[in-house]
Amino acid sequence: MINAVGREIPEEILKITGKEPYQGAKAKDNYEFTRGAAKIHAMVDPARSKVVESIRGALEKCGIKDGMTISFHHHFREGDYVVNMVMEEIHKMGIKDLSICATSLGKAHDPIVPMIEDGTVTSIRSSGVRGKIGEAISSGKLKNLAIMCSHGGRVRAVESGEVHIDIAFIGAPSADEYGNLKANGGKSNCGVLSYAMADAQYADKVVAITDTLVPFPNVPASISMTNVDYVVVVDEIGNPAKIATGAAKPTTDMRKLRMADYCTQFVINTPYFKNGFSYQTGVGGASIASTISLAQEMEKRGIRMGFGVGGLTTPMCDLLERGLVDVLVDTQDFDLGAVESIQKHPDRHIEISASEYANPFNKGAYVNKLDFVILAALEVDINFNCNVVVGSDGVITGAQGGHPDTAAGAKCTIVIAPLLQGRIPAVCTNVTTVTTPGETVDVIITDYGIAINPKRQDLVECMKNTKLPIRTIEELRDMAYAIVGEPDPVQFGDRVVGIIEGRDGTIMDVVREIKPYEFKD
Amino acid sequence: MEIKKAAMAGTLESSDAQVTVEPGDNGIDLSIESSVIHQFGRQIKATVLETLSRLEVTDAKVTVVDKGALDCTLKARVECAVYRSNDITENLPWGGVIR
Amino acid sequence: MSHPNKKRLRRSMMFLNCQKPGLIKDPYIYKPDSIMLDLEDAVAENQKDAARYSLYHALQEIDYRGVERVVRINGLDTPHWKEDIRVCVAGGADTIRIAKTESAKDVHIVEEHVLAAEREFGRPEGSTLLMAALESCKGVLHALEVCESSDRLIGIALSGGDYTKDLQTVITGTGVELQGARQQMIIAARAAGVQCWDTVFTNLDAMDVFEEEVKMIKMMGFDGKSLVNPRQIDVVHRIFTPSQKEIIFAEKVVREIDEKKAMGIGVFTVDGKMIDIAFYDGAKRTIDLAKASGVYEGDL
Repeated sequence: MINAVGREIPEEILKITGKEPYQGAKAKDNYEFTRGAAKIHAMVDPARSKVVESIRGALEKCGIKDGMTISFHHHFREGDYVVNMVMEEIHKMGIKDLSICATSLGKAHDPIVPMIEDGTVTSIRSSGVRGKIGEAISSGKLKNLAIMCSHGGRVRAVESGEVHIDIAFIGAPSADEYGNLKANGGKSNCGVLSYAMADAQYADKVVAITDTLVPFPNVPASISMTNVDYVVVVDEIGNPAKIATGAAKPTTDMRKLRMADYCTQFVINTPYFKNGFSYQTGVGGASIASTISLAQEMEKRGIRMGFGVGGLTTPMCDLLERGLVDVLVDTQDFDLGAVESIQKHPDRHIEISASEYANPFNKGAYVNKLDFVILAALEVDINFNCNVVVGSDGVITGAQGGHPDTAAGAKCTIVIAPLLQGRIPAVCTNVTTVTTPGETVDVIITDYGIAINPKRQDLVECMKNTKLPIRTIEELRDMAYAIVGEPDPVQFGDRVVGIIEGRDGTIMDVVREIKPYEFKD
Repeated sequence: MEIKKAAMAGTLESSDAQVTVEPGDNGIDLSIESSVIHQFGRQIKATVLETLSRLEVTDAKVTVVDKGALDCTLKARVECAVYRSNDITENLPWGGVIR
Repeated sequence: MSHPNKKRLRRSMMFLNCQKPGLIKDPYIYKPDSIMLDLEDAVAENQKDAARYSLYHALQEIDYRGVERVVRINGLDTPHWKEDIRVCVAGGADTIRIAKTESAKDVHIVEEHVLAAEREFGRPEGSTLLMAALESCKGVLHALEVCESSDRLIGIALSGGDYTKDLQTVITGTGVELQGARQQMIIAARAAGVQCWDTVFTNLDAMDVFEEEVKMIKMMGFDGKSLVNPRQIDVVHRIFTPSQKEIIFAEKVVREIDEKKAMGIGVFTVDGKMIDIAFYDGAKRTIDLAKASGVYEGDL
């Protein structure tokens, strides 16, 4: 069946997953359902302790068994030790056929690959799959379909009961013996625990794993004791240097600076750029540079931001320091500056849950209130569809993250991408895989010019009196092809190894198994 | 042109290609490895073969390790390797077989 | 009749290593007035041949979108320059930058080989322009004869690194060591009616010092500067952009001179300033600069 972004979704995949094809960004507006619920074991006896001496002990108490679904968060980014520690114990216990429901998986989790190969892990649902796990999935090593979802889409799946988590493992920088968890106050602070909040509420069993046990009560807690079954203390939950990295040096790459400048000029020429506007941006060099140059324009014109949404980095937190934004709402901290900011400004730098951030199936999320979001993409096609997951070699290599959520929510969605990445054109006729539908993407900014989605004639009109190099998306593609040649499509195998899930739970696209390239004469 | 000895040109930097030519006696034995093989494998092969044919190289073992080089770079690296194998660096046929 | 591009705008001339395909693939994106594709110092001795093939195909196949393509060839004291000239002309380079020029004779030698190459490759005779880099005390002292040496010669450029070595000093950052050369060269260039460019500034961490230097050389009369990084281009262009006040004045001067000439009046006033025909070229230059800088909205 062909879905609303023109992708063929095999009937068999619709059948296996029980899912519908994607029908449009707002097709599920007003969708009615009953939320899922966790099975609770009441803590009536005050004498009972939640502290368990080892991960193995906790696994046994939780009654881990074949076929269960377990979950993890990715606040420790590439510095995470929790996933591997837990999986190693599970592996030793000989448990098979597990589903991992992670908010994201990265290179830090490469050691999971042998467990995929030997059938310990047979299903994965995650926003992102980088590193060797991505390669393993693309090589067809995972028994079942991998489900790549957005941050909003994952929390939707958990809250709606589509995914039922048996055991959630929550790495916590600090915890008390009764399971009040904080993102700070320990050795490996990560700023917020937003992505773990739904898991704490909806999983049957919740195991907190910390390396810093503090006196009761550890408050204000990101995750409350009311949702935590067990607390395990380990030596180290992660590598602090990789969890909260130093702030990235602002880019000096002229290409990125030029795109950042285009972006800022675009933003300030829209009607949304006025006192109280809202804004979210990513962590790429051009995104950060555009935040820096936007701040200059805000100061110059005396315009304040109402709220900023993150994924936060130091330059966004600087806006808070300089009084250029009223409040930051935060779901993830990418550097030390952001981790420090939330501790320094508890009144104006606020931790929010992943559901508050981006869930399309609650009663309203922050993304719906965004004026601007500045994103990146591996590929964009002439229908403005974006691919942020599958690399030019056909291998799963990235994460949807909040990309589809913020694009769907924001009034002005801007994607920044250099037109050429080596020989690969960022603007093409058809993206390898659709991860964010073009109907939710308004503007593409490249170093060769800017394309505005034709359905946004209002934005086209706004830019008429600027000096910005506005082109059609086809012109950008043609410029790219004139330089590098017209790329052939990736040669995939037949087997579907994963789906790209729309944020509303429908199927946006499928990802097929890679195969060695064959010359056809 | 005859490939008189093994010769190499180019680097493994991004947007470049490293081309090695070695003497052969049974046509062109071409191997291509590329970071963009899916999108451009066909074009890389065509460009390399065309360049060799213009230079009248009929027997050689040719190895291309491509890092996303444009066609103009691929041609330049093949030509350089072929002329190096003949120790020719001057009075080159610019606009002739090099084009 | 001299070449139509001889006096084109050349505020920014950015060096690029011909041996690096990633660099020469699309530098026009930074919008310099000229790029200088380097066969000389940036290219390792054992890669001189490789750089030429890359150069040839770049010149032939990459659309540099109106950016002038200058090629810096190896010095006349090397075994490379003759083949460098052949490839430049065959590829259709706009301009050849002669390294280490010391005399009119150096220019004549290059000119002779360029002419031979134009004949060999069927290019129009005189289509390849030349510029001379002065890199020694002798070269600087011979600035005038170099400037007057050839109709193909668009101008001279100071190469401060080698020059200060010859002077037995170093680049100090104060500019004092370059004062004499800068002054001598701009005077010679203007006397001969050719252009003049300042040397590179290599400390990319000191953009403020760079900016001061650009302001200074603009005041001295230089046409532009050799650059080593795309970040430097916008700074140069900004400083060389005329102010709205300058543009409006230049417009009035051009219009008034055109009008008064027809009426047979030679001297008159514009905004209280005495103006005659001698102001015409300068005013035209201001308008051209304004156009190139994208700030001119008039119809001249």
